[in-house]
Amino acid sequence: MNLHEFQSKQLFNQYEIPVPSGLVAKSPKEAVDAAKSLGGNLWVVKAQIHSGGRGKAGGVKLAETLSEVNQFSKDMLGQRLVTPQSGLDGLPVEIVYIEECSSIDRELYLSLLVDRSSEGLIIMASEAGGMDIEAVAVSAPEKILTQDVNLNYVTPKEPLGLRLGLGPSQVEELEDILFKLVELFYKSDASLIEINPLIVTKEGHLVALDAKINIDDNALFRQESLLKLRDDSQEDDKETAARSHGLNYVSLDGNIACMVNGAGLAMATMDLIKLHGGEPANFLDVGGGATAERVSEAFKIILANSNVEAILVNIFGGIVRCDLIAEGIIAAVKEVGVSIPVTVRLEGTNVEKGRKLLKDSGLKIIAAENLTNATIKIISLANGDDR
Amino acid sequence: MSILVGKDTKVICQGLTGKQGSFHTQHCLEYGTQVVAGVTPGKGGQEHLGLPIFNKVKEAVDKTNATVSMIYVPAPYAADAILEAADSGIELIVCITEGLPVLDMLKVKSRIRNYDCRLIGPNCPGIITPGSCKIGIMPGFIHAPGSIGIISRSGTLTYEAVFQTTNEGLGQTTCIGIGGDPIRGMNFIDCLELFESDPDTKGIILVGEIGGTDEEAAAEFIKSNVTKPVVAYIAGVTAPPGKRMGHAGAIVSGGKGTAEEKFKAFELAGVYTVKSPSDMGKAMSELTN
Repeated sequence: MNLHEFQSKQLFNQYEIPVPSGLVAKSPKEAVDAAKSLGGNLWVVKAQIHSGGRGKAGGVKLAETLSEVNQFSKDMLGQRLVTPQSGLDGLPVEIVYIEECSSIDRELYLSLLVDRSSEGLIIMASEAGGMDIEAVAVSAPEKILTQDVNLNYVTPKEPLGLRLGLGPSQVEELEDILFKLVELFYKSDASLIEINPLIVTKEGHLVALDAKINIDDNALFRQESLLKLRDDSQEDDKETAARSHGLNYVSLDGNIACMVNGAGLAMATMDLIKLHGGEPANFLDVGGGATAERVSEAFKIILANSNVEAILVNIFGGIVRCDLIAEGIIAAVKEVGVSIPVTVRLEGTNVEKGRKLLKDSGLKIIAAENLTNATIKIISLANGDDR
Repeated sequence: MSILVGKDTKVICQGLTGKQGSFHTQHCLEYGTQVVAGVTPGKGGQEHLGLPIFNKVKEAVDKTNATVSMIYVPAPYAADAILEAADSGIELIVCITEGLPVLDMLKVKSRIRNYDCRLIGPNCPGIITPGSCKIGIMPGFIHAPGSIGIISRSGTLTYEAVFQTTNEGLGQTTCIGIGGDPIRGMNFIDCLELFESDPDTKGIILVGEIGGTDEEAAAEFIKSNVTKPVVAYIAGVTAPPGKRMGHAGAIVSGGKGTAEEKFKAFELAGVYTVKSPSDMGKAMSELTN
């Protein structure tokens, strides 16, 4: 689960990690009121969406007057902001964050994440802040510094600030920030905290100018207060609907939908469609118990995507019997009213019985002998080769 | 021969009295696995599926001499269940439970690092030595005793590899689902090492997926340490970056962990790769004949 910048900064505030003063606004009027109450004569208007690259896309603007605050907020609110990371449809801007302007001397990069290979937390930092860190990792990997963190934060012999070339008081400020970030990471079950940029102000202090926090979905059962911060508007409608039915769904750009049991097999099925020259429309894992109810919900979600022209169902019935799965598919196709071609590959217990049920159903369902045949068949149907 | 588990392996089940634990343990018993006891705190002294229930793993181990624990305890308590098993002298812990918080797994791994025990999972189908011992949720009937070792991060893709090797007449020595989480117990290399030294294993099928760099590490290991034929398949060529594909660990982040990189690593290491999940069995058949 992702948090917005303003939510992440509220958490930073709770942990006394320095951030600029800022206020949330949902209308241009609220934005102007926010700017007035922050005071000063220079403000930053920031679109709140779950994506990076906002600056380049016009989602972060410097306002020199209250009428500019009004205008920029008006331009952003209610629109979809398309950034290099948001996908082609962009994400809806429902909130802008109005922040006091900071004086920037240096921009650093700082993040904290779970490192899979060392099986621990690591801190990543770079003097090349404010830029796309993935690009830095490619063009100048020597500029990325790392530091391992054990279950408690301990200052290493050579503190990170020294390696970044900071002055003595800033080295101490950074250590204080790191200690608090590690505490925040553990207490909120984060999977990523990223500050890009972490600035050194002209006055010589460290301030988190941006903030991004991702929370481990598996830990949400014990993060009730964070769960309330979930913003479904930032997620694909179909993905949200799928989650509410215990299904795993990810939208893709193709025209051949697939419905599969098991995440690995679901990915493999998408790959197989591509391998044989088709384009998958989605990833969809119906889970182990492919019951009639789940299958029919899955069909509804698949068909909500208007690009879909054919559906490939791939079920390896392990402990669940194939005849039961076939009954579920038949009931779902009838209930949902599927009118596009459906090819089904069934394997496992009672497979013959399952295939026969599909064949005798009188529906436009093709029971394939094996996965490769099923894939080739559905691609030709999607291409309209039978028309 | 086989690795890790066989017909004499004595198994307890943590979480036996729950719905999942009951259902799957019943199937394990029917397969012939020597499940000897269950552990559910507060239900000690009762009986379930004809098995005695203990409050603590230690009591169950003392009374039954079990060496393996199969865990179905719900995710919020699963990390504690793993640690209790490790503290009680269990040699092999198989955690089927899905959805453990990643920070719980960091704590588990930092604790058991110094223990003389192995962990399979979490979020995995388990381990099976066909015809002898099934510990987990895999459908027993698709397996056949034979000569191929299978290691996989995905449950249903393991079944594909099993089904195909059974149909090819090769069968399996042991199949291990190492699980789909980013931080897990045994990894590809641990399993490769065991299969390499098992005289009955004639070939190894390795099924990986996007996310992390464990496949790359496995490729390096195979290059210098594995003499047996290996067939590798990686799922997720079409997965969009930054999206979690069902499994917590299946995500391409920061441009790292793509299927292309993994395929390439295997090919550079001289490992036979297949681009279709339907070709795993056939390829292994060609390599071992």
